[in-house]
Amino acid sequence: MTYFIDRRLNPKGKSLGNRQRFLRRARAQIRDAVQKSLKDAAVADIGKERKIKISTKGTKEPRFRLDPKAAGERDFVLPGNKEFMPGDEIKKPPKGEGGGRGKEAADHAEADDDFEFVMSQDEVLDIFFEDLELPNLVRTTLKDTQSKAWKRAGITTAGSPSQINLLRTMRNAQGRRLAMRRPSLRAVEDMQKELETLELHEPSEEATVQITALKAKLAHAIAKRKWVGFIDPLDVRFNSYSEQPIPTSQAVMFCLMDVSGSMGEREKDLAKRFYMLLHLFLRRCYKKVDIVFIRHTHDAQEVDEQEFFYSRQSGGTIVSTALDKMLEIQRERYTTSDWNIYAAQASDGYTQSGDARRCVEMLNADIMPLCQYYAYIEILDEREMEVFASEDSGAELWRAYRTVADEWKNFATKRISKPADIFPVFRELFKKAEA
Amino acid sequence: MSNLLFSEAEWDFATLDRTFKAIEEIALNDLGLDVYPNQIEIISTEQMLDAYSSLGMPLMYNHWSFGKLFAREDTMYRAGYSALAYEIVINSSPCISYLLEENNMTMQALVMSHAAFGHNHFFKNNYLFRQWTNAEGILDYLSFAKHYIAVCEERYGREDVESILDAAHALMDQGVFRYRRPPKPSKERQLEKRRLRVAYEAEAFNDLWRTLPAGTEPPSAPLMPLDDETFNSDSKLPEENLLYFIEKNSPSLKGWQREILRIVRNMAQYFYPQRQTKVMNEGCATFVHYTIMNMLFDRGLISEGSLLEFMHSHTSVVFQPEFSDPRYNGLNPYALGYAMMDDIRRIAEKPTEEDREWFPQLAGSGDWMAALKDAWANYRDESFIEQFLSPKLIRDFRLFALHDNASDAAYSVAAIHNEQGYRRVRTLLARQYDTGIADPNIQVTGADLKGDRTLFLEHKMHRGVPLHPATKEMVVAHIERLWGHEVVLEEVGD
Repeated sequence: MTYFIDRRLNPKGKSLGNRQRFLRRARAQIRDAVQKSLKDAAVADIGKERKIKISTKGTKEPRFRLDPKAAGERDFVLPGNKEFMPGDEIKKPPKGEGGGRGKEAADHAEADDDFEFVMSQDEVLDIFFEDLELPNLVRTTLKDTQSKAWKRAGITTAGSPSQINLLRTMRNAQGRRLAMRRPSLRAVEDMQKELETLELHEPSEEATVQITALKAKLAHAIAKRKWVGFIDPLDVRFNSYSEQPIPTSQAVMFCLMDVSGSMGEREKDLAKRFYMLLHLFLRRCYKKVDIVFIRHTHDAQEVDEQEFFYSRQSGGTIVSTALDKMLEIQRERYTTSDWNIYAAQASDGYTQSGDARRCVEMLNADIMPLCQYYAYIEILDEREMEVFASEDSGAELWRAYRTVADEWKNFATKRISKPADIFPVFRELFKKAEA
Repeated sequence: MSNLLFSEAEWDFATLDRTFKAIEEIALNDLGLDVYPNQIEIISTEQMLDAYSSLGMPLMYNHWSFGKLFAREDTMYRAGYSALAYEIVINSSPCISYLLEENNMTMQALVMSHAAFGHNHFFKNNYLFRQWTNAEGILDYLSFAKHYIAVCEERYGREDVESILDAAHALMDQGVFRYRRPPKPSKERQLEKRRLRVAYEAEAFNDLWRTLPAGTEPPSAPLMPLDDETFNSDSKLPEENLLYFIEKNSPSLKGWQREILRIVRNMAQYFYPQRQTKVMNEGCATFVHYTIMNMLFDRGLISEGSLLEFMHSHTSVVFQPEFSDPRYNGLNPYALGYAMMDDIRRIAEKPTEEDREWFPQLAGSGDWMAALKDAWANYRDESFIEQFLSPKLIRDFRLFALHDNASDAAYSVAAIHNEQGYRRVRTLLARQYDTGIADPNIQVTGADLKGDRTLFLEHKMHRGVPLHPATKEMVVAHIERLWGHEVVLEEVGD
């Protein structure tokens, strides 16, 4: 007897549990590797599936192994002799040189010191955004809870057939059948067989009595099977769901980027990378976050994602125009009573003289009272980074913003000079507050 | 009118069924194979990778190492470094064979002959499998193990369970009984244990436990009755099965931890015969598929094209690169196994003078199938090679033996394929397949249960070969975790 079973339609991802266990196990190594591999990724590639190479530290599976190279003797047999005669000597490959004589020489444990595998975009981002959150997120409003979700609400006796709960239904049916003593099909068949054998025998008075009795019993059993159904409408149960509102908090992130002429391609690229990361982070972790992209030269515009990341523009620099634009949009669309407001600003620190003061005034007077968090990222080139090693020295905007930072706890300033800085800075800005 | 079973490369279930019946007819009636009922499952590549990474079993408890294996196989496969196996077969009753959906019809026929009849016959008849594995029970046991470990994870935390499994996996090679069966617990103890397990399962399934107020203890895991008898009377020392010894005698393990060790130990024991019969098992299956496919062709059931295609994959399976070839990675068990089976047939049918001298009983007996079936049933790799490797094969493979002394700068050639060397080469090759020699021989020599509870282990070195120091340290650390106290591993010469 042979069965062919088509398993192809079985649910996929049977080994997902094992994979998650593995990723958790190798978390530290994977985190390092992910950061390293993200470091030099192009802007558009940050959120893609990627190959990760990790060391096997932490995921070693040691077994006792013999080490015939260290001491002792052994014999082994190989195929393919061409010229050797008994007593010949073959030089051993020098130590530290792998390969050569196949299995014997290839040291397994050392060979898989590094381990390479592919991680999906989700897994990479999961690891990268682990422990990150938007600071000070509060539910500013609960009245606007338009989002609802279906939740399980027990079992009911009425419902749509698609929601039938088979397990409960069959359990009830079985209980009822037992309680009502419904004759089983087997019992009926046995009786029928018995009847047949009796009828085959020669008719005698005794047999006739038996046959009539059996017939009556059989008729009763069959009738009973009919009125005690296998499944009765009484047995049927349905899963029930009810719609429940989920409280949500709304947040908006303003991304302000300086694209003026003083920002070189390198600086713009760094800034874009930072925002790309921020964008991914928000999209991934918060379903209800609006993102507003504002770019500015001597003039600020609200642009869409595509334009923000990929288009080029040039001009002079007036930072405060961006702040104006942000306030304008905020007043128009995002009232503070309903929205958590965040802002991230990237610039090279240069602005028209006198503008820095105006920025500080605006921040202190108008913007900071509205914001949950305001992050300022200054993009320097590496030479500048050395010159401005101290936190206190810096370009005009930096020095001006330091005064704001002193006043407002939720105002953060950071500097970036090379791609490798982006990730640590990003993590620092958005790390989860200690509970 | 042609009798071809199939003419297209594509397969469908009707063709599979028709072909299977034709193969079965040959396997059972012409070859007289004796097999478990077959269950054949078609799976996708992802499922094949899944099966790979869970030791080839259809269900398995969860552990990160399987995830690691999957990630590695997946990467290799995607990069095109490794092709997938065409099939996986499970030593169970019914015998489950997995066919890959991507195989074409010729390959499916090959795989069905290979797995569903070759391996299946070997599993059912070889003495090692008969003695040590329970084909009827393995799937139920795995489902118990999976469930048990899942419940443990939920109750005691994933990390605690993981650390026990890590340690147990490190000792898997030392977790088998090589020469004797485990001391049988008395009948009452067995019954008691079963009762506890059933009671535990009934409790574990109870929905109500979830609704208990916090702080109420859920039922504990099944108690593994700790041996009342003192340690000396219950365990004979030295003990080669470290997992068994630790499971029974560790002063620090809890009941559920012992049960997990037991699960891993049972898995190790289940796979142990496969490790000892790699050459024979593959040889048997390869010989069977070769014979069946040729008979199908002889009877006009498969086309010439299909036969050529089959020959192509057959020859690549039994390809043996020479030792100096960059592709060389040890002796290919398919090549050696198939060559030996084929050679037995040759000796039985058309012996030479030399064969008559070496195999007086077998030579010219004519009934090659009987000889093969006897070999499949009663040997393992080591004894099989010692008994049946013929001078002709030693010449064909151009086998030669090297002697390696770690302190010398060169290997010396101990024997080659000549009149003086045949026996030596054969014995040395056989010894290479002796798991008793290939695995380090580590035994428990004592445990100071009344004093400071130190566990004493001894590695009996075979010809002075020591353990690899780095892995030794790591494994000893794992043993210490299980034992809970100091562990001393000494290496002694023989």
